[in-house]
Amino acid sequence: MSEYALEIIGLKKVYDNNVEALKGIDLKITKGDFFALLGPNGAGKSSTIGIISSITNKTDGNIKIFGVDIDQNFPKAKSFLGVVAQEINFSQFEKVEDIVITQAGFYGIPKEVAKARCKNLLKKLSLWDKRKDQARNLSGGQKRRLMIAKALVHEPKLLILDEPTAGVDIELRRDMWEFLSDINKKGTTIILTTHYLEEAEQHCNNIAIIDEGSIVENTSMKELLSRLSIQSFVLDLENEIQELPNLSIFDLKSEDSKTLIATLTKDDDLNTLFHKLSEHGIKVKSMRNEQNRLEELFIKLVKEKDEN
Amino acid sequence: MKTKELIWAIITLSEKELRRFLRIWVQTLVPPAVTTSLYFVIFGSLIGPRIGAMDGFDYIQFMIPGLIMLAVITAAYSNVVSSFYGVKFQRAIEELLISPMPNWAILFGYVVGGVARGVMIGVIVFLVSLIFYPNFEIQNYGLTILVLFLTSIMFSLMGFINAVYADSFDDIAVIPTFVLTPLIYLGGVFYSINILPDIWRNISLANPMLYVVNTFREGMLGSSDVSIPLALGMMVGFIFLFTAICLYLLHKGIGIRQ
Repeated sequence: MSEYALEIIGLKKVYDNNVEALKGIDLKITKGDFFALLGPNGAGKSSTIGIISSITNKTDGNIKIFGVDIDQNFPKAKSFLGVVAQEINFSQFEKVEDIVITQAGFYGIPKEVAKARCKNLLKKLSLWDKRKDQARNLSGGQKRRLMIAKALVHEPKLLILDEPTAGVDIELRRDMWEFLSDINKKGTTIILTTHYLEEAEQHCNNIAIIDEGSIVENTSMKELLSRLSIQSFVLDLENEIQELPNLSIFDLKSEDSKTLIATLTKDDDLNTLFHKLSEHGIKVKSMRNEQNRLEELFIKLVKEKDEN
Repeated sequence: MKTKELIWAIITLSEKELRRFLRIWVQTLVPPAVTTSLYFVIFGSLIGPRIGAMDGFDYIQFMIPGLIMLAVITAAYSNVVSSFYGVKFQRAIEELLISPMPNWAILFGYVVGGVARGVMIGVIVFLVSLIFYPNFEIQNYGLTILVLFLTSIMFSLMGFINAVYADSFDDIAVIPTFVLTPLIYLGGVFYSINILPDIWRNISLANPMLYVVNTFREGMLGSSDVSIPLALGMMVGFIFLFTAICLYLLHKGIGIRQ
């Protein structure tokens, strides 16, 4: 058995209108990973996911899922895979539980087993009360959660989430991430595409950035974030200050009388900053990143690619 | 997929297809019963006695096999074309494409849905016809049932091909309205081609619907304008041909995959 959950080798896609969506990408995702596949709109993310899940025909290249080549043994490769697509892709007129149980049936799972799994998933995803409702009556967030239940009912070893939290409110989003982190810890490999980069930063171990059909970055999240040369922090102060303290080694700006923005280089130490502020009688109540760090890098990498 | 899993997957898709048309039974099962009743009232009871006998049968009796075939063909075709185009339109086709089900199993599931609705409609229209002609007796049960199933399978497959190529709801209405219905009406539903002048009789023999309707009439009434072995051979031949086309389209992903 391969050490990789997914291997993509020289994958190319040229559409009928001659648009070259993928220019021969290579990607390897290890088993048990929580992997972010990011890129701007039209970069080739959906084409890649479409080909892996056989919704889109490839032009060239190879894909292996847990070592099984999709061209050699497509049914076996597909049995490992669960996909939460970007667009709603179930019959809107069917009942919620019928959609999940039917999807399990397509994988050859008997009804009794499917019913038990459906109950478990709908409860975990806060949809149990809606099980008898027609899918068209669900809210946008509920539909997305139904897509997750549908993708997980055959207990896939590799789960692809294409924008899973779009339209989901904050509280349910948090529950959803808890649930997904939990199944990742239990061994399911997860590939995530999202426009909420803070979610990718928070949950993913490794990352690939795709732009104009090519992989422009493929590394660990930690390594990528360590490349940030400077970081800006917003400091909420306990008391108002009249004037900006002069801390020569730090770049400080005042947002208002109770908020400071500190820009630190890689070599700067936060403890020293707090110590210096304390010497000036300034107490920090809370602190946060001024901008999402991954977002900063993402924009930088895509810009660099455009310039090249 | 293991055999057990495959069987379960086919049962699931077939059940889903049955559930779909039974859920909207007012749209799928009732209209043929109403339309056929009107045909029997107008052409059978009011105009029929003035027409007299057709091939030695009461006109209403002659019409019954033709009207059943008309309803069966329309039901089987429209069930598959609307269901498969519906899943394409709603992107629910992705549920099937992502799953490990082989193409032939997907086709089989849709054909089961079309055949189930076609046969169900056939039985409903026959029961309605008994209200208007209670003494009707089926002459050859084996042939009648065989043709009922072959016809449903053949037109389910045709509906599938139409749905694969359809890009809009207009596309799924064009073939039934402008091709199927005229051919069925001119295929001996309401008359025997023996009453036509030679030239029209010969042209009618090129209409494949004539063979379907007449083989069914042979089963129900024991009377036909065409050779039964030839007609059965044609039906089986078309089923093989359409199955091959459907599997080729699914394999290539034409109209389904980008």
